[in-house]
Amino acid sequence: MSVPVRTAADLPDRVVRHRVSREDAIRWGLIAVFAGVLCLFLLYPLSQVVWRSLLDQQGRFIGGANYVRYFSTPAIAASITNSLFVSAASMLLTVGLAFVYAYALTRTRMPARGLFRVAAMLPLFAPSLVQAFALIYVFGNNGIITRTTGFNVGIYGAKGIILAEVFYCFPHALLILAAALAATDARLYDAARTLGAGPLKTFCTVTLPGVKYGLVSACFVVFTLALTDFGAPKAIGGKFSVMATEIYNQVSGQQNFSMGATVSVVLLIPAVLAFFVDRLVQRRQYALVTSSSKPLVPERHAWKDKSLLVYCGLIAGFIAAIYAVILVSSLVHRWPYNFGFTLKHYDFDTAGGYRSLWNSIRVAALTAVLGTALTFIGGYVVEKCRTAAAGPLYLLSVLPVSVPGMVLGLAYIFAFNAPGSPLNLLYGTLAILIVSNVVHYFTVGFLTATTALKQMDAEFENVGASLGVPFYRTFWRVTVPIALPSIIAISMYFFLNAMVTLSAVIFIVAPGTELAAVAVLLMDDAGDTAQAAAMSVLIIATGLVVRSLYWLAMRGVTARTQAWARSGSAPGDASA
Amino acid sequence: MSRMPAAVALEGIAKKFSEFVALRDISLSIAPGEFICFLGPSGCGKTTLLRIIAGLERQNAGTVRMGGQDVSALPPALRNYGIVFQSYALFPNLTVGRNVAYGLETRRIDAAAIARRVDELLTLVGLARHRDKYPAQLSGGEQQRVALARALAPAPALLLLDEPLSALDARVRQSLRHEIRGLQRRLGVTTIMVTHDQEEALAMADRIVVMNVGRVEQVGPPAEVYRRPRTPFVARFVGQMNFIAAVASARSGWARVGDVELEYQPGFEAAAGSPMTLAIRPEEIAVGPAARGAANALEARIDAVQFLGPFTRLALSLVGDGKATLECDVAATAFTALGLGEGAIVTVALAPAALRAFSAADAAP
Repeated sequence: MSVPVRTAADLPDRVVRHRVSREDAIRWGLIAVFAGVLCLFLLYPLSQVVWRSLLDQQGRFIGGANYVRYFSTPAIAASITNSLFVSAASMLLTVGLAFVYAYALTRTRMPARGLFRVAAMLPLFAPSLVQAFALIYVFGNNGIITRTTGFNVGIYGAKGIILAEVFYCFPHALLILAAALAATDARLYDAARTLGAGPLKTFCTVTLPGVKYGLVSACFVVFTLALTDFGAPKAIGGKFSVMATEIYNQVSGQQNFSMGATVSVVLLIPAVLAFFVDRLVQRRQYALVTSSSKPLVPERHAWKDKSLLVYCGLIAGFIAAIYAVILVSSLVHRWPYNFGFTLKHYDFDTAGGYRSLWNSIRVAALTAVLGTALTFIGGYVVEKCRTAAAGPLYLLSVLPVSVPGMVLGLAYIFAFNAPGSPLNLLYGTLAILIVSNVVHYFTVGFLTATTALKQMDAEFENVGASLGVPFYRTFWRVTVPIALPSIIAISMYFFLNAMVTLSAVIFIVAPGTELAAVAVLLMDDAGDTAQAAAMSVLIIATGLVVRSLYWLAMRGVTARTQAWARSGSAPGDASA
Repeated sequence: MSRMPAAVALEGIAKKFSEFVALRDISLSIAPGEFICFLGPSGCGKTTLLRIIAGLERQNAGTVRMGGQDVSALPPALRNYGIVFQSYALFPNLTVGRNVAYGLETRRIDAAAIARRVDELLTLVGLARHRDKYPAQLSGGEQQRVALARALAPAPALLLLDEPLSALDARVRQSLRHEIRGLQRRLGVTTIMVTHDQEEALAMADRIVVMNVGRVEQVGPPAEVYRRPRTPFVARFVGQMNFIAAVASARSGWARVGDVELEYQPGFEAAAGSPMTLAIRPEEIAVGPAARGAANALEARIDAVQFLGPFTRLALSLVGDGKATLECDVAATAFTALGLGEGAIVTVALAPAALRAFSAADAAP
């Protein structure tokens, strides 16, 4: 007697429904809150930007007329080619320089590798303006080199922007490339050697293919960072206009919101494109390192190690010099004329002064708390509550990384400063600054959280359910403690970025809610370059203190997880 | 069946993942206190079926009853079972004691009662002295027993085990088989275990449910499944089996292999001349003096001799028909007594009572 064989078509597509429990209601509540936040603070504002680019100054619908004007006005249209040129050049230079640096850190026995790793991370603690300031202090019209040698290299413009972007983007590229180079299998190199491959052949057939996804990723990250950066081109660009500064000019200079929106939409295109191409490429990545991999232990090569030491010394030296120049210029009477020591530049008399620094610290701290909670809970509902909403929520969560800060800021003006809207309550508060930071840096936090959650046993929740323990209790008792290293890393990522960001907040700061990074820009605009340098020093110092606290916290957490004997999947400094 | 309602009753369970049909019309009744094994190759649907019973997967059709109550619409938390996963899924940040207490702490039980229950269970699985250790400090077998204690702590009506022994090495697996079986007998808890290891299923189960491509092939006690496999698939999957292509003979109950006629187990009828398949287990073939003069005696050549410790495996080919080859297990001492080597001709007998018959179409692997 045989059972009738059924095909898939014979079965209903619906599965048997479970009775809705209180837990399900809570689960859906969390999903609704998460989706609501992203819709209200990401989708809705962005849709406003697109809509406004189709209106004229008086609010009449004019279709694509703004775009026609943008592309046909040479002075404005030049910003597109300028932006692409600057970003592409920064990308090639940064990735090239960072690759060799990363190689020296991970694949050689060069001395002082730890020190070089730390030195290269310094630019993460400063607004992108700071790199540009230092270049101006050295090579500008009143720069120390220009003054002493009489030779003006013409740093204002493309040259200066590219150089500033290289330093600004360097740590981002280095983190990706060092991680890619570190993840390798010594057995591949043993195999290459037994097959008689020389060093060059081994490099081309084993090393490069192994890091190609890291290289692609680093290229996209640097390109996007340079493309969307506002601080460096603002400070050192001079008359050389890029898209980010063009948005600022249109909105702040000419009060032309429609054209600002138009440039924003055009700026979104390459950023979104770069993002999708990167994701497409990364999807083809396979795991190079498996549990049976053997770590590669580099051998000593006197000649190679020494030349790389010189190379890394030069790059780290340049980075250190930038910070030294900023620090010194904030502590002397008048750079480069009077090098007498003074603290007078720290008595801020404009742009909110110390209040802006306190505001920044408060905003950064609250961004860290709110951003971490939202990205972690968001990652949890996407990763662990398998519902139909997971796919769309994931897409919404990775979208912010491709939204340039300037565009987000402008979107917030449109969404939260519209006459008669109840959302205006937020405008002019610290809350809107916190929200914009959370959204701006959402993706990296979210991806860090989902990665940590993916590494956890998928059955934890099922064990909890089988024992009759509600999911939120298992979340609190098990998920959060295990993911603590990632949670701390995410919060530090939010804090540091909120301290230094300029582009996402420049349009929405208001009297009373000044921020330190914006104050740096305003002081520089007003000609108080020494005060701008002093404020930069304070921002950097705050970042370094918080980073040290993070390091201490991490040590404590690691000591505790070591009690569980299995070293968890602490991402450690991955998102530093 | 008895008047007591079945501990678990499945009726017409079917499940698909988009176009792939994972389970087709599974119906099954499990008596209280029974130890059931779902046995089958990977992809046969056994784990999916277990997860549907647990409510972790939802079926497209069919009902699940537990103790007479329809639980199809109940979420996992309301179904009253304990489960041990292949990975154990022990909480690494909680001590062994806290892991076992996990399912008790949300119930209205006072702390002293919880502590007593934890000690009781840890004693039961022989881990009382490890109560304050973290899971990662224990061996794989010990972790397995913690997972078992945690699942049993709230005294569930049903215990589900998803390949609980597959991550352990052979020796630990052997001893844990006995331990789990003994524990289950003592507690009398109805248990369903998923496994792909036929030896495990034979050693532990009251009844084995053999599954293949989303269907139940056979349900029965281990000895019955082994001795009387209902389909060639079961014959091949549970234990070793020789298959011999044959043609139904004009004489009822006989088949022709090459130029000899063999008598097989009664109960199979086929039209004369139609292709069929005969099957016999390696240890059921008599060799040497024992075979001489017996029914279904044949001459065979020894092609290869493989020494496997307690017994010796012979690769044989039937004389007169080059195509039919057989594997045959002989006790090592008995084989030595025969004094034969590779290339020798030997008499073998395929006892009619052990020679099973299937239609050729069913036997295609």
